[in-house]
Amino acid sequence: MPPREGTYGLLAEFDTPGDLIRAARQARQDGWRRLDCYTPYPVEEAAEAIGFHRNKVPLLTLIGGLMGGAAMFGLEVWISVLAYPLNIGGRPTYSWPAFIVPAYEWTILFAGLSAAFGMLALNGLPALYHPLFNAPNFRDGATTDKFFLCLEALDPKFDLAEAKKYLESFQPVSVVEVQY
Amino acid sequence: MATSEVKTGDPGIDPSTGEFRVIGQGQTFRSVTEKITRIVLTPRTPLGWFAIFSVAGAGATMLMVAVTWLFLKGIGIWGVTQPVAWGFAIINFVWWIGIGHAGTLISAILLLFKQGWRNSISRFAEAMTIFAVVCAGMFPVLHLGRPWLGYWLFPYPSTMTVWPQFRSPLMWDVFAVSTYATISVVFWYIGMVPDLGTMRDRAHSKFAKYAYGLFSMGWRGSARHWMRYETASLLLAGLATPLVLSVHTVISFDFAVAVLPGWHTTIFPPYFVAGAIYSGFAMVLTLAIPLRKFYHLEALVTERHIDNMGKVMLATGFIVAYGYGMEIFMAWYSASHWEAFMMWNRMFGPMGWSYWVLVTCNLAIPLTTLWSRKLRTSIAYMFFLSIVVNTGMWFERFVIVVTSLYRDFLPSSWGTYRATKWDYMTFVGTLGLFTFLFLLFVRVLPMIPMNEIRMLLPAAKIKAKATAKAGD
Repeated sequence: MPPREGTYGLLAEFDTPGDLIRAARQARQDGWRRLDCYTPYPVEEAAEAIGFHRNKVPLLTLIGGLMGGAAMFGLEVWISVLAYPLNIGGRPTYSWPAFIVPAYEWTILFAGLSAAFGMLALNGLPALYHPLFNAPNFRDGATTDKFFLCLEALDPKFDLAEAKKYLESFQPVSVVEVQY
Repeated sequence: MATSEVKTGDPGIDPSTGEFRVIGQGQTFRSVTEKITRIVLTPRTPLGWFAIFSVAGAGATMLMVAVTWLFLKGIGIWGVTQPVAWGFAIINFVWWIGIGHAGTLISAILLLFKQGWRNSISRFAEAMTIFAVVCAGMFPVLHLGRPWLGYWLFPYPSTMTVWPQFRSPLMWDVFAVSTYATISVVFWYIGMVPDLGTMRDRAHSKFAKYAYGLFSMGWRGSARHWMRYETASLLLAGLATPLVLSVHTVISFDFAVAVLPGWHTTIFPPYFVAGAIYSGFAMVLTLAIPLRKFYHLEALVTERHIDNMGKVMLATGFIVAYGYGMEIFMAWYSASHWEAFMMWNRMFGPMGWSYWVLVTCNLAIPLTTLWSRKLRTSIAYMFFLSIVVNTGMWFERFVIVVTSLYRDFLPSSWGTYRATKWDYMTFVGTLGLFTFLFLLFVRVLPMIPMNEIRMLLPAAKIKAKATAKAGD
């Protein structure tokens, strides 16, 4: 990402999740689209309030699981039938029931890894730097006990003075400007 | 140490439900955060921690000595021989991996069932899983005889053009256990990322800020992130649930597919899984009870947790009892002379004492007393009981491995089994290693998931909202 200059956004701090959600829902209704909530624990209503309903983690997990299972089953069949067939009392080399267990384990393995790393990738993590960490009150609160609403400067509606007045109408604890 | 808010009013019972509270009264977002982070971020390590750490470290060192000698001399130094070729190594393997299962059960299955009380204990139960799997995974590899060739277990294009035999349950084990270890570590780590963010923001020393900052991967608690995170957590829980059932099932196949009397039975998979959870919950109690006392976490790990774990143990204990009963029944009902002899020999043969230790520790003591709520919430009694059940479950595996093997079909091939001092050193050494790793975990990582605890607090309830969802 190229270094940016200027304002990242305006950050309003709230004491309770209820206040945050009311503000976020209202902002979304008023046409704000580049906005995000920051909470110290998952608040489902906050994501809904900003219009974030679906995510792609389940799809990635499904794809990962299918690929893992197919890969292991294919490997087992290739080894047992083609690469290294063992004739044990004339039993069939393609003994698929025995292959299910490792294929099952790899389905879970790759589905799980896809869920975990897919989630991180979709979240854009790891991202050790983020402009929000510049806000003086963010790091003490966002991971402990405060609830934040951020209106981002990239939103077409964004105007520093207007947006500040708008956020203050929700009676937050504070509104601070966040620099890149 | 100005923790006035963590002292709760003594009656820990919630009047609205009549149950013990999951979280003590009067806790706030900040108080639980402070409470949990302070254990880790304090520059002074408690003296007691050092005391136990040095004992555990001595145990881990003993393990290293025992393993070094094993590498030099070979497994002839162990008590394994014909006919008991699977001695302590396999007993300990099954015992340790079983212990791990409770961690996954708490973190995954109880999450799916929306059992909020699990939140307090899920993190260190998962840590227990990982360290137990570390100890477990060591044994089959050491038992190989030439452990440095352990990588032969994996399918890889070797110059000998030899490939593994995928029809063997021992091969399935490789995949089951390695998957289990990987998924457990991933689940544990992902679950910890937001808390590492909290640690980063509360740390004072430069090193701690860097370290937690790096491992928290820049977590900032965005609502979008949380949604994906929650989805991934649920999916991981949904994947870990069949995984944990499959792992002990596959391990039971190691025994169950043999034709040996005592192993040749279809009851093994469910009975092994239930036994694993039984012993695992016992181990969670063994760890949780001293931890909550030592770190004053009574407000977060309450009597409710001890009580609920007692109930789970009661239920799984009865499944285990059913397994024992069914083994005896099948020994008679199969009308097989060998099965009947095996069972008689298991109970009254030269090693019959081990069967009665098992019955006493796994059935007689816990299944009679766990009915009593008074005893279930008695901390001292539950600690005692957890040790009893852990012992009993170790003897269960001893009985399954040794008493099935030492007298099979032909009396001319009968033998006996005696563990050597190296066996004992290796086993006690893994107990040391386990404690050693666990103490390190408690010292450097938040042992209780703060973000999940916050969800349980009254302040997390969203008030004055018309569209509030039903339920909690």
